[in-house]
Amino acid sequence: MAVGKEIRTKITSIKNTQKITRAMEMVAASKMRKTQNRMQATRPYAVKMAQIIKHLAHANPEYRHPYLQERTTRRVGVIIISSDRGLCGGLNANLFRKTITRFKQWEKDGIGIELCTIGSKASGFFSNLGANISGQALKLGDTPHLQDIIGVIKIMLDAYAEGKIDELHVIYNEFINTMTQQPTVQQLIPVRQAEQIEEFPEHWDYIYEPDAKEVLDNLMTRYIESIVYQGLVENNACEQAARMVAMKSASDNAGKLIDELQLVYNKARQAAITQEISEIVAGAAAV
Amino acid sequence: MTMTIHVDIVSAEQEIYSGQAEMVFAPALLGEVGIAPRHAPLITMLMPGEVRVKVDEEEDHAFFVSGGMLEVQPHVVTVLADTAIRAKDIDEAAALEAKAKAEEELADRSGQIDYARAQAQLAEAIMQLRTLDRLRKRGR
Repeated sequence: MAVGKEIRTKITSIKNTQKITRAMEMVAASKMRKTQNRMQATRPYAVKMAQIIKHLAHANPEYRHPYLQERTTRRVGVIIISSDRGLCGGLNANLFRKTITRFKQWEKDGIGIELCTIGSKASGFFSNLGANISGQALKLGDTPHLQDIIGVIKIMLDAYAEGKIDELHVIYNEFINTMTQQPTVQQLIPVRQAEQIEEFPEHWDYIYEPDAKEVLDNLMTRYIESIVYQGLVENNACEQAARMVAMKSASDNAGKLIDELQLVYNKARQAAITQEISEIVAGAAAV
Repeated sequence: MTMTIHVDIVSAEQEIYSGQAEMVFAPALLGEVGIAPRHAPLITMLMPGEVRVKVDEEEDHAFFVSGGMLEVQPHVVTVLADTAIRAKDIDEAAALEAKAKAEEELADRSGQIDYARAQAQLAEAIMQLRTLDRLRKRGR
C-alpha cells in the first residue's frame, strides 16, 4: 500500500536515531559509574596532601613559599577544564558562560588574563573567540592521567614564577549529583590557608631532606597538580552524567515523536481504506 | 606486642595501600630510609624505587613508586607517590608540548576575546536547550 510511505520512512529513521541515543545513554550510564569511582579514588591523595600542607603551616620552616604569598593582582592565569566531546546537554555552555562572566569582571577591573585549556571543547570555543591560549591538553579520554596535564600546569606555574600572572584559577564542573553539575571557579594560587585550629604541641618542625625549599617547591607543585587533576576527573564524571541525562531525554523525545507519527500514519491508512471501500461500494451500485 | 605505625600510600589517581606496619622503608632522595614508629617528623622527596612495608615478621608488601614525597609524623607515614617519572627536563618537555598544541591551532588569534560573540554563541546554545525543554514539557 502506497499510503503514508513518507511517514513510514520517517518513523524508521527516528527509530534508528532512538536506538543510537539509547545506546549512548547506556554507555554514558556505565561510564558514569566508572568515572565516579575514579573521582572517589583520587580523594585520599588530595586529603593527605591538604593535611601535609596544613602541618607545614603549623611547622615553621624558614622558607616561605611564593604560592602562599599574596601579591597585587595585575594578571590572572586561568585553567579551563571542559569535555572533549559534545552531546552532553548544556554542560560546557554553562561552564563557558560562567567563565565569560568572570572574565568580563576581571577585564573591568583592568586585570589581564592568561588562558590554558584542557579538553577540546574549551580550546575550540576560546580559540574561536580569538583568545590567546598559552597551552592546551586535548583528547585525554575517559581515563585521564596526571602526566597528560603536567605540561599545562607547568606553563601556568612558570608564568607565576616569572611574575607574568599573580593568581591562578581553575574552572571546571563540580559533580553534585547525577542531575546537577555546578560550574566552579577555584583559586589555586595564592593557596588559601585553612583555618588553624588544630592543636599542636608547642613549636616543632620537620626534618627536611634535602632542604626546605626544594621539598616545598615539589610539594606545592604536586598540590596544585592534584587539585587540577581532581577537577579534571570530576569534570569527567559530570560529562558522563550530563550525557546520560541528555541522551535519556533525547530517547524519550524520539519515543514521543514516533507515537505521534504512528497516530498520523494509522489515520491516513484508515482514511485510505475507507475511501477504497466507498469507491468499491459506489462502483457496485453503479453496475 | 610491638609498636606499629600507620601507613598510607596514595597516588594522585588512586589509593594504593593503607594499614599498620612495624617498619617502612622508602627510597629517599638522599638514600634509603627506614621509618620505625615514633620517628621524628620528616618530610622528604622520593626517588624512583621500592617502598617496602613490613607489617610483621611474615607479612611484607612492596610497591614501586616512580618518585614522590614522604611525610612522617610520629604515628603516621604518608607516601604521596607519583604516577609518572618526574624530572625537570621531562616536565619542561610536557610544557613545551602543551604550548605547541595551543599554537598550531591558533593561527589567526588576536589575543582579544570577543565577548559579544561569546555571549551570542552561548545565548544561542542556552536558548536551544530551553526550547527543547519547553517542547518536552508541552509534549507531556
